[in-house]
Amino acid sequence: MIRLTVNGQAHELDVPSYRTLLDCLRYDLGLTGSKEGCGVGVCGACTVLLDGKMISSCIALAVFADGREVTTVEGLAEDERLHPVQQAFMDAGGFQCGICTPGQVVAAKALLDAIPHPSEAEIKEWMLGNLCRCTGYYKIVESIQAAAGQARA
Amino acid sequence: MRYEAPESVQGAVALLAAANGDARVLAGGTDLLVQMRADVVEPELIVDIKRIRETRAVTQENGGWRIGAAVTGAELKEHAPLKQAWPGVVEAANLIGSTQVQGRATLGGNLCNGSPAADSVPALIAAGAVAKLAGPHGQRDLPVEDVMLGPRTLALRPGEFVVSFLLPPRPPRSADAYLRFIPRTEMDIAVVGAGVSIAVDGAGTITAARVSLGAVAPRVLLVAEAAQAIIGSRLDDAAQERLAAAARAACRPIDDKRGTTEFRVDVAGVLARRAALIAMDRARTR
Ligand SMILES: Cc1cc2nc3c(=O)[nH]c(=O)nc-3n(C[C@H](O)[C@H](O)[C@H](O)COP(=O)(O)OP(=O)(O)OC[C@H]3O[C@@H](n4cnc5c(N)ncnc54)[C@H](O)[C@@H]3O)c2cc1C
Ligand code: FES
Ligand code: FES
Repeated sequence: MIRLTVNGQAHELDVPSYRTLLDCLRYDLGLTGSKEGCGVGVCGACTVLLDGKMISSCIALAVFADGREVTTVEGLAEDERLHPVQQAFMDAGGFQCGICTPGQVVAAKALLDAIPHPSEAEIKEWMLGNLCRCTGYYKIVESIQAAAGQARA
Repeated sequence: MRYEAPESVQGAVALLAAANGDARVLAGGTDLLVQMRADVVEPELIVDIKRIRETRAVTQENGGWRIGAAVTGAELKEHAPLKQAWPGVVEAANLIGSTQVQGRATLGGNLCNGSPAADSVPALIAAGAVAKLAGPHGQRDLPVEDVMLGPRTLALRPGEFVVSFLLPPRPPRSADAYLRFIPRTEMDIAVVGAGVSIAVDGAGTITAARVSLGAVAPRVLLVAEAAQAIIGSRLDDAAQERLAAAARAACRPIDDKRGTTEFRVDVAGVLARRAALIAMDRARTR
């Protein structure tokens, strides 16, 4: 039996110890925002925050997260109001097919929590574990820059 | 599969020693989980060591630094005094993976995964790091260069695990550096890695050195001949040449699509020289 707080909501779950955190979120809790791209820690599509720090949930066990707080892309918006990072990705065209976007958005939020006004180099370094096959990355960087500006306002 | 997260070294040893079947230590899981998902390993017991205080602390000890085996790369980066004392070790640890991986990947896992290309291992060996092992018969110290015997083969005895690493005290005017070569610009496995640690006297003459090479042999190498080649010199061109030649002579690399034998041997010389120049530069300015 593990206790998880996911997006502010407490859960008690009986999970087998080999269950990944990603599968637990998607299949036990129905939070399908986090995606599985590679399944081996490389692509970043499954990025979530564990106690505020970003991790690849496909290579974390659900039992790791016992007693801890998980934030997924579903937990970023407040009611109907999108998180500034989500709004910026929409406004600046930070996605095309969208499969990588939940991971990009969560990673970008973690970045702005750690470095509120990152340089372009800092953005690229922080985000290098979030692969995208569509955008060529420019629009993602621009979206994050826009979100940093918005957070400032 | 059973998952346990003991809170003491003895607790972990007891679990590992009593296990029948495949028991695995779990630190960050960035190697282990990938191997489990690929069905390369199917452990019956996982012993998560992250709740054990000794594996998670960075403390000063007799003028040196003791680093817990389960301290993450991201935590090392935030540790300013450690970064100041051992910049090469910290930069090597910070090369491991993406931001997501950095938040979990540990020095203990990097070493015990048993890859000859592990980035932090040449830096630890160049630094003269000593691993503290705990097992059913008590604790013992083992220099890092003696922990890995070959790919996926370690000198650990049944029930043993790495608790921490001790980095020795830093004399004045000493420093280290680590460089790797990868075909892409990031997130790739080292084709060659080189760690160098140097101490110089007031006149800039090298008084002590250690050189370690990764990914050029079945295990990470401590290359004594390469260190001997520069001790007593000021790392002039001739000494650099001797260093590069000794580094190349020590290599017994594999030949694969990521780098031919000839290429790896050549790059080992180049990287050893460049890492030595960086370490030298750092040593002189402190
Ligand atoms: C996307 C990605 C990129 C990567 N990039 C790099 C890279 O650039 N360079 C690099 O070197 N590696 C890289 N790696 C590999 C991996 O992240 C590192 O080797 C990391 O340091 C492993 O640490 P860990 O704590 O996650 O190990 P774990 O996965 O927890 O453990 C690895 C192995 O060591 C054993 N083990 C762990 N700790 C101990 C201990 N204290 N005592 C005894 N046995 C122990 C485990 O049983 C397991 O067999 C990458 C991995 C991923 C997923
Ligand atoms: S699905 Fe987790 S990193 Fe790719
Ligand atoms: S938007 Fe398609 S992969 Fe990034």
